[in-house]
Amino acid sequence: MGQYYFSTQQLTVGYDGVPLIKDIEINIEKGEIVTLIGPNGSGKSTILKSITRQLKTIAGTVEIGGEELKKISYKNLSTKLAVVLTERMKPELMTCRDIVATGRYPYTGRLGILSAEDEVQVEEAMKAVHALDLASRDFNAISDGQRQRVLLARAICQDPEIIILDEPTSFLDIRHKLQLLSILRGMAKKKGITVIMSLHEIDLAQKISDKIVCVKGDHISRFGAPEDIFDSETVRNLYSLDQGSYDPVFGSIELPKPEGTPKTFVICGAGTGIPVFRQLQKANVPFIAGILYSNDIDCQLARQLAAETIEVQPFQPISPETCRLALQRMKQCDTVINARPPLGEYNQPVAELIQHAKTMEGYREL
Amino acid sequence: MNTGEGFRRRGRYELVFLLLAAALVGITILNINIGSVPIPMGEILRILFRRATDAKQYAIIWNIRLPRILMAAILGGALSLSGFLLQNFFGNPIAGPFVLGISSGAKMVVAITMIFFMGKLGYVSSYALIIAAFAGSMMSVGFILLMSRRLKHMAVLLVGGIMIGYICSAVTDFIVTFAEESDIVNLRGWSLGSFSGMSWENVAVAAVVVGITSVAVFMMAKPIGAYQLGEAYAQSMGVNIKAFRIALILLSSVLSATVTAFAGPISFVGIAVPHLIKRALNTSKPLIVIPATFLGGAVFCMACDLIARTAFAPTELNISTVTSVFGAPVVIVMMLKRNSGR
Repeated sequence: MGQYYFSTQQLTVGYDGVPLIKDIEINIEKGEIVTLIGPNGSGKSTILKSITRQLKTIAGTVEIGGEELKKISYKNLSTKLAVVLTERMKPELMTCRDIVATGRYPYTGRLGILSAEDEVQVEEAMKAVHALDLASRDFNAISDGQRQRVLLARAICQDPEIIILDEPTSFLDIRHKLQLLSILRGMAKKKGITVIMSLHEIDLAQKISDKIVCVKGDHISRFGAPEDIFDSETVRNLYSLDQGSYDPVFGSIELPKPEGTPKTFVICGAGTGIPVFRQLQKANVPFIAGILYSNDIDCQLARQLAAETIEVQPFQPISPETCRLALQRMKQCDTVINARPPLGEYNQPVAELIQHAKTMEGYREL
Repeated sequence: MNTGEGFRRRGRYELVFLLLAAALVGITILNINIGSVPIPMGEILRILFRRATDAKQYAIIWNIRLPRILMAAILGGALSLSGFLLQNFFGNPIAGPFVLGISSGAKMVVAITMIFFMGKLGYVSSYALIIAAFAGSMMSVGFILLMSRRLKHMAVLLVGGIMIGYICSAVTDFIVTFAEESDIVNLRGWSLGSFSGMSWENVAVAAVVVGITSVAVFMMAKPIGAYQLGEAYAQSMGVNIKAFRIALILLSSVLSATVTAFAGPISFVGIAVPHLIKRALNTSKPLIVIPATFLGGAVFCMACDLIARTAFAPTELNISTVTSVFGAPVVIVMMLKRNSGR
């Protein structure tokens, strides 16, 4: 396993000797960001606790930097591995700088007095997470987002080769989520620090990670690059989504389509349909969307929300069959909504469809 | 720390230590000076340094007051430090040797030992008392640790500790009631807590035990600081949690056992002093708080002993009566503030 920085072989983890997840095989290279995703209670935290040695592993091995985790002393491990945990700490009378400075623990002497060099490191770590202005604030008096950044600075300060974070984005608003993740990415790419974390937000996981670990049931259901993992089937299975859908292109999650026979037809294209789809979805009205080129942004969403999408291949003229199909479907509808797609030389059939729709009783134009 | 903030903090630490040192000196002088036989300042200095003049005053200072003062200082420091360790161990500011029933456990075993040795030999050595107290402390600690495995909630744990305390006190009372008259003379005063009747031998033993233990505690300042962030973080910083927890509980028990062996159970000092010191310093950094807590505990107990001795002279109060009067309100205020702050 020489070329990997971090790897597990047949790792089994669990509590009190009872296996929860078996045969975990993960291989990670230096500087990669790896994210564990999976439903609540699937054991993401259990895995993270096991690879940080808070929990005893039941079987198998974990290797970090070519050494077996069990054989590394706590002291040596602390210079390689830093953690950001979910458990709320409530230190007494400690400023944020004090908290960050505890990251220097492995490098200070018997009494833990910081050297000038340590002070510089503390300063730099706080700068890296944009938390310098918090330095003298009481750690208990700052917001969740700030707290998470300070804890990350603490981990950075420990000068590790690998940082393990358990749901670092919980409790954070969207701005702080993005901020935290971009700090992590910068760190991984610039300093070559390996990052292993668990995330709830699969969309963010897809966008930040080099590798994804799907945790479900008693095993790792998938492990690989996000491009390979994120198709809507995998996500649906992983989270047992029987309602709604997941769009792997944008990483967005949609509520389930309205049920029933569609009686509404939406003529749209180039993004004009999206607000209409959303309105209909909220009003629980099933609908047909068309005629859409398959590379149209409307088409992307229509696939998730429309009862039927009349789709054509891009960069090709719209065939007469498709035109006939669209017309036939439209005639079966009580309502036709013209979202006013841009019309031009190459989508004449859409213009004709609109002309026809105008003669219908339920025609509406936006 | 190269910032203005750092300088301000250091200034504050220095000021607190200066004040504590001044208080220590002041109270020591008052303690020597005041009593049923008042001894003027000049006389005190002459007696302390030239060892001359009035034989009676000389005897009062050297045989009665000085050992008692030193003992109050040593044991007060030990008690506060023991409380500080327990608070870190349990992650709760209201933990202390008295509330957790550790002092009462020590008291019970010491009472049994005293009666047994007095009956057989007519004499008990200081070391035997410390060992007995340590055994009693460990017994209570063992119970509390067993409970803490089952009960994660801190309040329940404290109630458990208080119950242990009551049980041990009941057993002690029972033993004292049925002990022979001659044994009780010593036991009565001691079982309620007092610094009176200390010999130089006692002082020497206490100084050695408390001295070594306190230095060991100070050397553990770094892992204690890491532990303040929680067990998991401490471990990730390289602390061997198991060994650390054992060391912490042993050191804390040795300290509180020594106190109980010589002066009986003393309430509230272990909670109030560390809290006041942390507030005064505005930090919980063990490297600074440990020595300050020891000093603070010494000052607090010497002051309380002075009051116990002199307030209703010639009747002497129990030391716990005085420490409770001053310590309990501190604890109440602390709890109220904590709840409103969250």
